[in-house]
Amino acid sequence: MSSIKQLAGGGMRQYSMVIALVVLILFFQWQTGGNVLTPTNAQNVIIGNSYILVLAIGMVLVIIAGHIDLSVGSVAAVTGIIVAIAMRDWGIPWWVGVLLGLAVGAVIGAWQGFWVAYVGIPGFITTLAGMMLFRGLNQYIGESETVPVPKQFQEMGAGYLPEWGPNTGLNNWTLLLGILAFATVVWSEYRRRASATRLGMDVPPVGVTVARVVIAGVVIGYLTYLFGSGRYGTSFPIPGVILAVLVIIYHFVASRTITGRHVYAVGGNRAAAALSGVNIKHTNFFVMMNMSILAALAGMIFVGRATASGPFDGTGWELDAIAAVFIGGAAVSGGVGTVLGSVIGGLVMAVLNNGLQLMGVGSDMTQVIKGLVLLLAVAFDVFNKVGGRPSIIGLIFPSRRDKGTGAVTGADDPQPTVPAVNASPQG
Amino acid sequence: MQDHHAILEMRSITKEFPGVKALDEVSLRVRAGEIHAICGENGAGKSTLMKVLSGVYPHGTYDGEIVYQGEEVQFKDIRSSEAAGIVIIHQELALIPELSITENIFLGNEVRGKLGIDWDEARSRAKELMARVGLRASPDALVKNIGVGRQQLVEIARALAKDVRLLILDEPTAALNEDDSQHLLDLMRGLRAKGLTSIMISHKLNEIEAIADSITIIRDGHSVETLDVSAGGVDEDRIIRGMVGRSLESRFPDHTPTIGEIFFEVDGWTVEDPEVPGRLICKQSSFHVRRGEIVGFAGIMGAGRTELARSIFGHSYGRFLSGEVKIDGKSVSMPTVLSAVKNGIAYVPEDRKSLGLNLLDTIQDTVIAANLPRVTKHASISSDESYLAAEGYRKSLGVKAPSVKEGVAKLSGGNQQKVLLAKWMFTEPELLILDEPTRGIDVGAKFEIYALIQQLADAGKGVVVISSELPELLGMCDRIYTVFEGRVTGDVPGKDATQEGLMRLMTGAPA
Repeated sequence: MSSIKQLAGGGMRQYSMVIALVVLILFFQWQTGGNVLTPTNAQNVIIGNSYILVLAIGMVLVIIAGHIDLSVGSVAAVTGIIVAIAMRDWGIPWWVGVLLGLAVGAVIGAWQGFWVAYVGIPGFITTLAGMMLFRGLNQYIGESETVPVPKQFQEMGAGYLPEWGPNTGLNNWTLLLGILAFATVVWSEYRRRASATRLGMDVPPVGVTVARVVIAGVVIGYLTYLFGSGRYGTSFPIPGVILAVLVIIYHFVASRTITGRHVYAVGGNRAAAALSGVNIKHTNFFVMMNMSILAALAGMIFVGRATASGPFDGTGWELDAIAAVFIGGAAVSGGVGTVLGSVIGGLVMAVLNNGLQLMGVGSDMTQVIKGLVLLLAVAFDVFNKVGGRPSIIGLIFPSRRDKGTGAVTGADDPQPTVPAVNASPQG
Repeated sequence: MQDHHAILEMRSITKEFPGVKALDEVSLRVRAGEIHAICGENGAGKSTLMKVLSGVYPHGTYDGEIVYQGEEVQFKDIRSSEAAGIVIIHQELALIPELSITENIFLGNEVRGKLGIDWDEARSRAKELMARVGLRASPDALVKNIGVGRQQLVEIARALAKDVRLLILDEPTAALNEDDSQHLLDLMRGLRAKGLTSIMISHKLNEIEAIADSITIIRDGHSVETLDVSAGGVDEDRIIRGMVGRSLESRFPDHTPTIGEIFFEVDGWTVEDPEVPGRLICKQSSFHVRRGEIVGFAGIMGAGRTELARSIFGHSYGRFLSGEVKIDGKSVSMPTVLSAVKNGIAYVPEDRKSLGLNLLDTIQDTVIAANLPRVTKHASISSDESYLAAEGYRKSLGVKAPSVKEGVAKLSGGNQQKVLLAKWMFTEPELLILDEPTRGIDVGAKFEIYALIQQLADAGKGVVVISSELPELLGMCDRIYTVFEGRVTGDVPGKDATQEGLMRLMTGAPA
């Protein structure tokens, strides 16, 4: 076990989610007689869920900051209809339509951010209102009708990367992306070792690093083959590329920028954040506005896939996105969660949907199972919360951090715990 | 005082918490019909004693016996003590702000009618009780709308509704303005005239002198003495001597200060309570700090020291009314915490867990939290730089943790305090305001914190220490300001300061 942990490095928690996802995929692969891991099915899973995953990226920041956004489905829908009508009636090109959609998202986000951050209305209420408000606007603007979108716009939701260059037997763009991903892994492993050496931290044995690179190479290679070997003209789908770019950007924002640290600080301890110079209002405004922009993008991706914008687009999306975030290890009380975790949480839900469907399980039982998965995932978190940062499935794979540190716990803190007004024995 | 028999006797009460003996053989004798004051420094054990009495700490969790109205009693919770007529009113009022006065008075003690609650009867009884305590308001007024002074009266009316025979008031005037305090004291006299016995915990010696019949002094968990005020000869000096009476131990590192120029000045700082309009938390407060100087702020709880510090630190408390801050002779405005940090001010709050730390963070994340730009290059926070910074502090401050990737929630109080200090040292401040820097940490860790404070001063920083422990201030500070009811009442050089002198200044006694 210890060697596996060394292989996984510090991020055992996230790896354990990945392991759960892999186990799930293999289980369905076995149960369906190999229908899950086919190029067409894999491409469909990405195309059919990318917009939810885009929402999950925004939602995790909202939830880390201690809020919730129920309006994302309606925001997506109203953006979709505005963009669809603008392209139909004004004849604007598809990319102007995309920019218009993002602008609509920004305006809506500013509206919701204003109420949450500056007026102090809880996100739940603000976005519940937004859920009704923007759904109504979608149906008012679109007159409850379905408005088709042009072909180029549809590429965004269901398109594939073009074929080019020599015949490698695979889609060359997909191949290139795979090579790029692998190069990134090699480079980050190298950097990790270099910085550990420089800082005088424990450098993992070369064997461990090599093993890690090899495993990553096998996985990336397989995925490249899976997505690239479909029928001619298909590839890793365009919405998947959009998603991947967003994941990289937002993972960086959340973990490596001042804005990201402020989001965690506000959710973790608002008062302490305020006394550390964090502008709480700006931070809350940012997460709400960002969420609406991503919701607008998700709406456009969906419209592209559906080839038209309709009056019931996006119903129930908020719940799927929220479920993904919590399965991905975020805490209801805020302060905890990761972009990568949420995307993996979303993929767990997507694979569950897909696998159960392929097994011929009805949508009734699929919902039952998804509900139970969500409940159990959060139950694990609650159990694990005792050890500091909660971890999903950490019960099965306890991370290094959750144990063996009893030596430094607060033994010299004489404050007794009494359920009274003054918790300390003061006179 | 015709009736001299005791309504209450607490005999040899001992109460231990893990690692701390909060009460050690404490005895208390309260005569029927008197107002009995309990005095002592912060942490002396007054509140703990009252919690033993009222059943918050049930029978069996303490040693000793309680004799009430001639019988030994063994309360198992607050309900059972209230059934016996002992009602405690805590400093933090236990009222529901969104309910009416009537509803609050009878909460948990509802007036039953044939079908549910008889609100007509409750309202008319509430009116009677309100008249008894001199509360002029509609019985239907919401408690949140009536102000702290009248809320205190609602609490007393509520106690009277429960047929109270022994009323315990914990710091009843701490949150009140002078008029309301006066009214409350008058009310207590009136209730005494009608035969009610009260126990009052207070830091305000002038009030105690004015109203109490006897005084029990508690110090470090021991009952020192009981003074009979009606017998005469008890004044504030006498009480202070009883409260302090202990010697300074040599638990401070040796230190020769190198004190430079005045660089930080506050003038006429006036701040209003954010919740009680018209009540001033800081009244025309002025002080200054020199480079290399450790300046103490002494005051009783609620005197406004923390509030003064926080309002200076980016107006993070209260409503700023007037006043000026000068740094190196130049007037600066610091309306936000960020601007205060940029002006070289650091404030380490008294409550580590609720105001200082994000308990979800690691040591490394905590250390950089107040100065992220320092480790950010090209919009990216460098984890290497963060690690090096945090690791440096872990070594130099002796934080006991296996690595800086350890969660701060797992550290002991002393180590958490060191991490917090590191967080603020990382902002490269010129002035550090440390609010109760050693509260709740053990003696050894205290010594290390003291040494650290002295190092900071020696590096030319100004250090302000707010502490409720007078020996700590006397042992550490080059100069000590006293604060009483929002006013700076004294500026005493450390070498001239005595506990008695400080106590006099911080309780508003005439010098």
